[in-house]
Amino acid sequence: METIRADVAIIGAGGAGLRAAIALAEADPKLKIALVSKVYPMRSHTCAAEGGAAGVIKADDSLEHHFNDTVGGGDWLCDQDAVDYLVQEAPRELIQLEHWGCPWSREPDGSVAVRPFGGMKKQRTWFAADKSGFHILHTLFQTSLQFPSIERFDEYYATELLVDDGRCQGFTAIEMRSGQMRRFQARAVIIAGGGAGRMFPFTTNGAIKTGDGMALAYRAGVPLKDMEFVQYHPTGLPSTGTLLTEACRGEGGVLLNRHGRRFLQDYGMGPETPLGKPVLKTMELGPRDRVSQAFWHEQKKGNMVSTEWGDAMLLDMRHLGEKTIDERLPLVRDMSISYMGVDPVTDPVPVRPVVHYMMGGIHTDIRAATPLAGLLAAGECACVSINGANRLGSNSLTELLVFGRRAAMSAVEHLQSGRGAGNDAATGALADAAQARIRALIQRSGGKESVAGLRKEMMQTMEQHAGIYRSGEGLAEACGKLAGLRRRYAMIELHDKTNVYNTDLLQALELGSMLDCAEAVTASALARRESRGAHQRLDFSARDDANYLRHSLAHYNAAGAPRIDYLDVVITRSQPGVRDYSGDHA
Amino acid sequence: MSERQVALEVLRYNPETDREPRLQRYSVTCREEWVVLDALNHIKESVDPTLSYRWSCHMAVCGSCGMMINGEPKLACKSFLRDYEGVIRVEPLMHFPIERDLVTVIDDFMAKLARVKPYLIPKQAKPVGEGEYRQTPAELKKFKQFTLCINCMLCYAACPEYGIIPKFIGPAAISLAHRYNQDSRDGGRDQRQEEIAATEGVWECSFTGACSEVCPEHVDPAAALQQVKIKSTVDWYRKHLMPWMEE
Repeated sequence: METIRADVAIIGAGGAGLRAAIALAEADPKLKIALVSKVYPMRSHTCAAEGGAAGVIKADDSLEHHFNDTVGGGDWLCDQDAVDYLVQEAPRELIQLEHWGCPWSREPDGSVAVRPFGGMKKQRTWFAADKSGFHILHTLFQTSLQFPSIERFDEYYATELLVDDGRCQGFTAIEMRSGQMRRFQARAVIIAGGGAGRMFPFTTNGAIKTGDGMALAYRAGVPLKDMEFVQYHPTGLPSTGTLLTEACRGEGGVLLNRHGRRFLQDYGMGPETPLGKPVLKTMELGPRDRVSQAFWHEQKKGNMVSTEWGDAMLLDMRHLGEKTIDERLPLVRDMSISYMGVDPVTDPVPVRPVVHYMMGGIHTDIRAATPLAGLLAAGECACVSINGANRLGSNSLTELLVFGRRAAMSAVEHLQSGRGAGNDAATGALADAAQARIRALIQRSGGKESVAGLRKEMMQTMEQHAGIYRSGEGLAEACGKLAGLRRRYAMIELHDKTNVYNTDLLQALELGSMLDCAEAVTASALARRESRGAHQRLDFSARDDANYLRHSLAHYNAAGAPRIDYLDVVITRSQPGVRDYSGDHA
Repeated sequence: MSERQVALEVLRYNPETDREPRLQRYSVTCREEWVVLDALNHIKESVDPTLSYRWSCHMAVCGSCGMMINGEPKLACKSFLRDYEGVIRVEPLMHFPIERDLVTVIDDFMAKLARVKPYLIPKQAKPVGEGEYRQTPAELKKFKQFTLCINCMLCYAACPEYGIIPKFIGPAAISLAHRYNQDSRDGGRDQRQEEIAATEGVWECSFTGACSEVCPEHVDPAAALQQVKIKSTVDWYRKHLMPWMEE
């Protein structure tokens, strides 16, 4: 097996992976950096983020405001030292991107413009029209091209971490073009593999978001933290799940039920604000968890509009006018017309909550380090945790920059800690075993199960039992079902047994990742007998700080259900309080 | 909800098992609002798991699913079945080697993109601590449309010159070079010009405008090429006829 040697190898070349690669190249031009991704960097899902990135820049704002919005928005499950680091570093990172050419939208005087976003008390979301993630990704990718020390391995799918002597020393990966297994030998590994929204059938997430990075770490013994917290974005197109950014509401769009009522006022987010004059942190600018939950209640009451794709609410942007919509929300208009046949300039757009983001992920500390020496993680696949029980819109793009860079710094620190080369023979044997497992999967015959069949059952299970509202009974059923699916997964037979760009194999491996992540989600959700942020239990409807002001940690168990234990939340100065999104709040 | 039967002829080629590409016909039940990508996903899921193609975002921003649909370069996620009658022919993007089925080899573009230095080469270096560069909305507008390239390769598939002269840098790479050249913060035009004004640079373009017509993001690479040509011509005159201007 060909071995590729690097000082630091990065899995994932989206926003976090690219930011880490650039930070490493800048830190020391002599470092050999391998940037490995199952897709070309510009295909990474960072490109789909629309609204923007939060960072304090305007005179009326403060780091303390950003901290408080984030911690309260996360229902006090955020680690407050990590949030402090995030908000302090955010402006610097966003300016850095500006210096690299990111086409941020501007004020008439040439300074960077900011827009309002949900759950934020001040305007602090930097944006590039409604393609902010796209521009961040391409700016980072194009900037990375100037560093000769970053060697890219595009379309390589990582299958296993190589752990020996208590530290991560690389991984195996399949080169898609040839189907050949490669061994990446590295002194430090950064996982930046993105989220896992494809566990669910209705999601804004692209096809590639299958939790591979999370599963790699999880199977190597690193716990997944707070996996029960799955964010529903309130406004997806009911036909395809395509995201309509929160900026629609930031710019003044409103949500209506079928009677034309702005129903959020009936769910603790009132009183109603004047049309076209959005007020920060209330009504349509409430946080995503609350808005999605309000939808659920309205749906139960029969107040929603029925469409051929199920119940929907209406996102009304007509009063913004064509000029504002074209200038600020061009993609939204294009998507609404293309995929729903509705022009937001003339008609309200039907939307419904859609799975969008994993607050949970690979357990890291504030340095982006996992408990496994030599393994770092950043971006959506990681849980630092700055998002707590509910992420505020526009914090994730900031997070991948701040902690992508932090992971790079920690990798450098790890290299400097002086642990010498690993045992080549030991990791070589691990790589051979990893290769044998893939060969066995390809060659297996007589299997009764199909990738598509199991995937469908997994998605249905997640939608039915792990959605906006959950119950102990449903979650227990989901855990049992997923355990069964994992067993049946061992009996999959591939139809395609060839080498070159074998997407049958790729999808089988992705399904394996998703099943492991899904089990971590449902087991953590079943164990958390309270309601907090995006995790709402019908049977335990109150927040329970006495027992659950703690992060859940799901530990992988090859033979059965994950073991769940807990870790105290880091609280520095903000004690758990009431999340107040009424317009009367101070 | 209405459904209809749709026939697709999809190019298949597996270098391990096929001597040459062939068309395979699938007839599948599709929903009226589906795009071609949905039909391919349906085939992959329920009919033929061996079919290979790239896709991810399903919202025309990741640039993965460029293919020839009835002979035209298109994003499969934005090609609606309702716009087609009869059999829909789906093939890999023209002018690129086929890796397998609808998957093409795009090494050539990736190398060319890096060559044109598509990154900001600051006119005036400025520490991050001193804040952002000022750039008015009008200055932004000068290059904004060229930032919208999603690298989907449709323009290369449409470009007659690229088909004949593979060394041609091509529409997307030149647009992205032009994007930085036009950026008020940038001072790197001379460095990029060396690549672009070379023989296989802009001069190969015969200005058919096919690149701009097929661009799903309404970028106008043809305009970028034309503007770069004019600038290159001015540079030539300066250098050869007005050497005193070079100071």
